Amino acid sequence: MEWASQLCENRGLGSKMTDSKYFTTTKKGEIFELKAELNSDKKEKKKEAVKKVIASMTVGKDVSALFPDVVNCMQTDNLELKKLVYLYLMNYAKSQPDMAIMAVNTFVKDCEDLNPLIRALAVRTMGCIRVDKITEYLCEPLRKCLKDEDPYVRKTAAVCVAKLHDINAQLVEDQGFLDTLKDLISDSNPMVVANAVAALSEIAESHPNSNLLDLNPQTINKLLTALNECTEWGQIFILDCLASYLPRDDRESQSICERVTPRLSHANSAVVLSAVKVLMKFMEMLPKDLDYYGTLLKKLAPPLVTLLSAEPELQYVALRNINLIVQKRPEILKHEMKVFFVKYNDPIYVKLEKLDIMIRLASQANIAQVLAELKEYATEVDVDFVRKAVRAIGRCAIKVEQSAERCVSTLLDLIQTKVNYVVQEAIVVIKDIFRKYPNKYESVIATLCENLDSLDEPEARAAMIWIVGEYAERIDNADELLESFLEGFHDESTQVQLQLLTAIVKLFLKKPTETQELVQQVLSLATQDSDNPDLRDRGYIYWRLLSTDPVAAKEVVLAEKPLISEETDLIEPTLLEELICHIGTLASVYHKPPSAFVEGSRGVQHKRLPPRTGSGESTETPDVGQSGPSEAPPAVIPSQGDLLGDLLNLDLAPPTATVPSVQPSMQMGAMDLLGGGLDSLLGGDIGGSPSMGAGLGAAPAAMPASLGSAPAVGGGLGDLFDLGGGVGMPTGSYVAPKTVWLLAMKAKGLEISGTFARRGGIIQMDLSLTNKAMSVMTDFAIQFNRNSFGLAPAGPLQVLTPLSPNQTIDVSLPLSTSGPVMKMEPLNNLQVAVKNNIDVFYFSCQYPLSLLFVEDGKMDRQVFLATWKDIPNDNEAQFQIKDIHLNSDVASNKLQGSNIFTIAKRTVEGQDMLYQSVKLTNGIWVLAEMRIQTGNPNYTLSIKCRAPEVCPFVYQCYELVLKN
Amino acid sequence: MIGGLFIYNHKGEVLISRVYRDDIGRNAVDAFRVNVIHARQQVRSPVTNIARTSFFHVKRSNIWLAAVTKQNVNAAMVFEFLYKMCDVMTAYFGKISEENIKNNFVLIYELLDEILDFGYPQNSETGALKTFITQQGIKGQHQTKEEQSQITSQVTGQIGWRREGIKYRRNELFLDVLESVNLLMSPQGQVLSAHVSGRVVMKSYLSGMPECKFGMNDKIVIDKQGKGGTTDEPGKSGKQSIAIDDCTFHQCVRLSKFDSERSISFIPPDGEYELMRYRTTKDIILPFRVIPLVREVGRTKLEVKVVIKSNFKPSLLAQKIEVRIPTPLNTSGVQVICMKGKAKYKASENAIVWKIKRMAGMKESQISAEIELLPTNDKKKWARPPISMKFQVPFAPSGLKVRYLKVFESKLNYSDHDVIKWVRYIGRSGIYETRC
Repeated sequence: MEWASQLCENRGLGSKMTDSKYFTTTKKGEIFELKAELNSDKKEKKKEAVKKVIASMTVGKDVSALFPDVVNCMQTDNLELKKLVYLYLMNYAKSQPDMAIMAVNTFVKDCEDLNPLIRALAVRTMGCIRVDKITEYLCEPLRKCLKDEDPYVRKTAAVCVAKLHDINAQLVEDQGFLDTLKDLISDSNPMVVANAVAALSEIAESHPNSNLLDLNPQTINKLLTALNECTEWGQIFILDCLASYLPRDDRESQSICERVTPRLSHANSAVVLSAVKVLMKFMEMLPKDLDYYGTLLKKLAPPLVTLLSAEPELQYVALRNINLIVQKRPEILKHEMKVFFVKYNDPIYVKLEKLDIMIRLASQANIAQVLAELKEYATEVDVDFVRKAVRAIGRCAIKVEQSAERCVSTLLDLIQTKVNYVVQEAIVVIKDIFRKYPNKYESVIATLCENLDSLDEPEARAAMIWIVGEYAERIDNADELLESFLEGFHDESTQVQLQLLTAIVKLFLKKPTETQELVQQVLSLATQDSDNPDLRDRGYIYWRLLSTDPVAAKEVVLAEKPLISEETDLIEPTLLEELICHIGTLASVYHKPPSAFVEGSRGVQHKRLPPRTGSGESTETPDVGQSGPSEAPPAVIPSQGDLLGDLLNLDLAPPTATVPSVQPSMQMGAMDLLGGGLDSLLGGDIGGSPSMGAGLGAAPAAMPASLGSAPAVGGGLGDLFDLGGGVGMPTGSYVAPKTVWLLAMKAKGLEISGTFARRGGIIQMDLSLTNKAMSVMTDFAIQFNRNSFGLAPAGPLQVLTPLSPNQTIDVSLPLSTSGPVMKMEPLNNLQVAVKNNIDVFYFSCQYPLSLLFVEDGKMDRQVFLATWKDIPNDNEAQFQIKDIHLNSDVASNKLQGSNIFTIAKRTVEGQDMLYQSVKLTNGIWVLAEMRIQTGNPNYTLSIKCRAPEVCPFVYQCYELVLKN
Repeated sequence: MIGGLFIYNHKGEVLISRVYRDDIGRNAVDAFRVNVIHARQQVRSPVTNIARTSFFHVKRSNIWLAAVTKQNVNAAMVFEFLYKMCDVMTAYFGKISEENIKNNFVLIYELLDEILDFGYPQNSETGALKTFITQQGIKGQHQTKEEQSQITSQVTGQIGWRREGIKYRRNELFLDVLESVNLLMSPQGQVLSAHVSGRVVMKSYLSGMPECKFGMNDKIVIDKQGKGGTTDEPGKSGKQSIAIDDCTFHQCVRLSKFDSERSISFIPPDGEYELMRYRTTKDIILPFRVIPLVREVGRTKLEVKVVIKSNFKPSLLAQKIEVRIPTPLNTSGVQVICMKGKAKYKASENAIVWKIKRMAGMKESQISAEIELLPTNDKKKWARPPISMKFQVPFAPSGLKVRYLKVFESKLNYSDHDVIKWVRYIGRSGIYETRC
């Protein structure tokens, strides 16, 4: 393109060239000088001065002192100057609200200007000034501008409604702007439609249930028409909005898809990705035998491939999304392996993502090519990339059985290079290959052992130790090798320590005669000299197993290991579905739901794919692949191992130290082990080990009473024994009816509904398990993800009899609050994994905070007063409880039933003021003042707490309790 | 949506800072500087999350552009916007450099106010923007009412990329078919992967609001016409056609029409723009073939022989040919002999670079080199990076041919025949590598 670069046409060279000088004024007394210049009579000088002010503002200097002087320049015919003043106003109005009022007149006047560009400029700027008093004046001009004859003004006004809503949502509703905005969807100008859609979508996000967008076939039709005519950005707004619509049936779904597919040829990648999102979502509803379904699948591949020729940053976004798409619908890109081959000059972030996708697409058909590529990559310079490439070779071996041998020999070649990190990475993956194909490749062990000394990373050390332990009988000097590791036992990471413990126990079971000393050494290191509870627990279990019943020990420790899954790093299916609904957005880049990184109410709604409408398929889980049995949904390996895994020591994943409450599996009989004679073994050790505490809490009935006096065992146990000492035990705490938490169709026939209750100081999760499948379900176990208040099961899920088809069992699971803590969004969210003989299922539910209100939550009056004053007023939240027809005494009694204690009552002018306190299990105090006016069904509730984020949830509890 | 947009120089000093949303504070400006620009390790992702705030960045020479948000925005859109922002700035004041940004900061603020409202991208077509944001300041006062409404209707209208009332004495258009051909070949001459990514760039100087129709030898179209038996140019129907894997179009092209009829019709922007991009993988003409021969003689010597063969019509000339042969890190000396062009060992680049100015089709040339190596005890073997090649040829390696570009302007008195049209084909090497 020889004539490409002659673009800069008629630049106003003269005065413009010197603008950069504004950046360099750093003299003292600058502000005074500027002040004088701003008040100068000469227009040019004024303008120069404002430019200087803006430049200072940009580099972060505080020029707010010039506010009145700058605002004085606002009344001008010079548009450039006006724009600069507006820019200043947007930045500083908030800090000088009173002075900002001075600007209102000019704004209102400008909104009436003859020039549409000026009208739009005024309404656009006004919406950016977040001062209440100005906002009031904005309403009338905005109303006019929304109906302006000029589309440019209307499109600007549409966005302004969203701005206003962000400042004062109530005002927008009261003024009826939402209806006007809805009308704009039918506007004749496509850009007005697009901006109205964007504004409405944003407002709707903060009102999850408002049905604000009110999408119906008519509006959808309007949107689809506008889609063909508006700018590239407008097309994105419209497509993103379309994606949230749920078509009524598969025919509507198909007709929308047909009108969206042309967008796949747009030059703007964001338009393409948003179109892909709509198609991926609506495709769910199409019957698979439909011809159109196949056509659509074929149409999706080329545009996805084309995205890879975009700029690198966009490639990255595209690749992160393709990673999701490949997991959801592997068939789309299965023939496109080559385009994901890494190029020498790709930026590293693109290389790493491509590698991930290559592995997902690897199959018998293309494995030779893939392996050749991976081998090339393993010789590159970037360490992370090389590691990942080596790991990928291992994953290929596991995924494609036919290639295993070739992979192993490639890995051995790489080990020969003696490059430290390559060797370590190779050993980690070879361990997995051994597990997948037992008794096949053990001949390479000798080579591995040669590299023992060079391993300095915990993961590689652990992997090597596992190999030595597992194949102790084939390695002549296994005891020597393990002993060499034992010397520096306490300097090793937990992962390596656990592994070493298990490996030596294995060795002992295989060669008991020569290794007795070694095993005793490691057991005493683990149980006596270690501070790590997990290590100690495991040590004790082994010790006891070995001393009571060596045969059983052999059965447990050397038991056959479950097969490892073919696919690793798969995204858990419900999350995957949600992420598919967010294609193109940040969520899809982070592979996290929006709630994980967005603050506040936005994005908390979980999006789901629409259910398939076709007949007879409704009970199936969404298909992962439709061809061949090999593509059956692969099980996802949960990140935390269960006890079964722990004992066999398959947990080579990151350190397990943070998983205190292990879930015993019924088959193992491990629970029996813990129950019988444990006390003699553990002696006075209980106090120090939180995980044991949780384990013990499981069977409170069987617990000797004397244990109660043992040193505090953490929240769960403390709570249990607290019951005796105190407060009258009102039994009337409110329990919500059970709701369905896990749908049968999502969980291969297992339906779970449940609720939470606090009974006599014990937190319980009441579950109903229903088997809606055709076969019997057994081996139930439950586990919680970390949560805000450390809720964790205090015992195993007691489902003693197998659950036969169509049977329902009610179970009550006692919970403790001594589990690991992690702040959740929302605060009271609980993520649960339930396992049975078929699979592991995940769901999340929300518990009422009243679950955590403890019985001794009555605060002393004096303390209350002092605390109330002490908590800053910023932490106070006010709520309205509407439609309560109770007098203050009844209300107070009702609340007491849920551990909300009234400390004092005051009556002022027919208004009852109740002062109340609540204490949470984690020791947080919540103070409340409730105002009840006789005859007024609305209560006012003020809540103060040092952790203000709990306030809305406490308010929820008030409402629940009072209304039931 | 986008919460704010910052521009920094290479030192991390802010040149432009525009905040659109209340949830973005001044500290965001510093967070990006500290965690990305000044980060000790180079940042490994174009998206960074710092304290629940997401930063998207692109770099142009040594200038950083960062968009900030706290919401779940459309990530692809943010990057597309940042690129667009760069295009707009380039169109207004040339190269994006610290100097130019400082000189034009008022203009940039004005642009940012116009093309991003509350974080939502608005019309960003330079053609439209230039009608009312100029470097002389806005001409607001001097415009007539008609002019003003013409501007607003163009900015918001269906044809946001072209203004009305354009007049040229000579109606002229230039079409460039620019292709880059990519190849990865095994040492044995087997094609591991090959594709062409092409662009059709148009420069139009046409009066009024012309309706254009573009035709090429797309297999799907040709086959369809073949069946119908109504060929525009009889006798040429047997001409070779090409299979296009995928194509994307400038927003002026009516996509629904392409989807249904596969015809490319549009009203073009004025001046230069990219009409379409496409990709082909079948029946690619590979202009050159590289035949490498590497022999290790003992531990301190390598013998390299490379033959290149040109594979196109003898009447055509390839230009700017460059072959780059990588050498090991422990090279101590190199002797090169080549029959044509000039070859040099460049120690700093660890490669022998062989340049030939021109080469006709169906020719062959050869280079041989002896590489002396220093003995090392490095156990790691030399990775043998691929031999890469650069060139330029006057044809389209995909085989794409422009069949027609018709111009219709009903309101003005010029017809398709009056328009002067120029077409040219340029094929360049993309990543053109042969493993050795």
